[in-house]
Amino acid sequence: MTTTSDRKTAAVVCDFLDAQRETIVAQWAESPFFRSVAQDPDQAVGDSTEILRGLRKAVAAGDSDSPAAEGFSDLRSLLTALAAQLDGNEGVSARTAVEVSELKDPLLRLWLESEQDGELVVPGALLLSGAVDTLRLVLVESALAAAKETLAIQRDQLTELSTPVIKLWDGVLAIPLIGTLDSMRSQVATESLLQSIMTHQAKVAILDITGVPTVDTMVAQHLLKTAMAARLMGAECVISGIRPQIANTMVQLGIDLGEVATRARLADALAYALNRLGLQIESQPGAV
Amino acid sequence: MPSVPIVNLNGVLLVTIQEELLDQSVSEFESELTEKVVDTRARGVLIDVSVLDIIDSFLARTLHDIAAITSLMAARTVVVGMRPAVAITLVELGLTLPGLLTALSVEEGLALLAPPPGPARTALR
Repeated sequence: MTTTSDRKTAAVVCDFLDAQRETIVAQWAESPFFRSVAQDPDQAVGDSTEILRGLRKAVAAGDSDSPAAEGFSDLRSLLTALAAQLDGNEGVSARTAVEVSELKDPLLRLWLESEQDGELVVPGALLLSGAVDTLRLVLVESALAAAKETLAIQRDQLTELSTPVIKLWDGVLAIPLIGTLDSMRSQVATESLLQSIMTHQAKVAILDITGVPTVDTMVAQHLLKTAMAARLMGAECVISGIRPQIANTMVQLGIDLGEVATRARLADALAYALNRLGLQIESQPGAV
Repeated sequence: MPSVPIVNLNGVLLVTIQEELLDQSVSEFESELTEKVVDTRARGVLIDVSVLDIIDSFLARTLHDIAAITSLMAARTVVVGMRPAVAITLVELGLTLPGLLTALSVEEGLALLAPPPGPARTALR
């Protein structure tokens, strides 16, 4: 709730910020926070000017306690960029938060030195301190948002990277499955394989599990479902890359792949696929 | 009531399902098709489902039934062009349609039904 005295305090604090801008910016630019996020002193001065302007706007609007305030939302893109730079180094740590808190020191010292009207000293100091605290909150929020975005991008990239469908021959596709298959990754793999079967009109699709460390009932179930779906579309699935150790595990678990053809190596699966297409490989005498 | 056109291509009945069918239309289509098989003494039936976004369990069962019925009349049924999403959904529903022949395209389906049946055939067991 904004009362008359609060508004008066805000007005006085704004005047103070305007009057002392140069000094505050100079001292902020020297602080550990701006030195750690800015590449050079000029940029540190620029960044601190920008942040002081946003802070003043929020104080003037009387909502310096809310991270959603207009002044702070102006700063958000700058803070996101700063947070991203921090990310590159060592991430937003408790240390960074402490460094932002240290921005209070020059502000409060100058405030006390400016010899304000007696009854305004304490509320003004509280206001300034609260505004810097909110600034810290906004910085952490921006950093978290940036980190979240990075995570989402990387997850998408991982999903894309993990499912390349390779055309081995006319009518023969292979999908090398790599790493632990969770339900989302296996679903993406299945979808991209079936889509490629349709695009390339492939009659045989090879699911290569050489890169899958363990095969449990879930993974086996997924492989079976993929094979079934491919058959419904009119293609045939071959599972290759079953190492002795994995075959052993599958037998111990009682996993039955039914009628789906299995081969130990990708090469064997390709030979099987070519055979299904009625193709033969011959060795030519005299060739290297 | 939408009807499904049935084209006789030299002993193979080509059926293209052009839109989603109500259960009743599916039943009518089934009886019409089986009668036509007898009338034309067709050696094969090709059902193209490539435009369908959805195949429900009833249509899936009917396709399976048609295959079983026509095989009693010495005609083989091939379902062609099923979409990836449809195939996944049917498998998730547990409708793997064992015994139904499938092909990727009408061309390959026709090759499958050629007078001396080709060696490359995809059978669901």
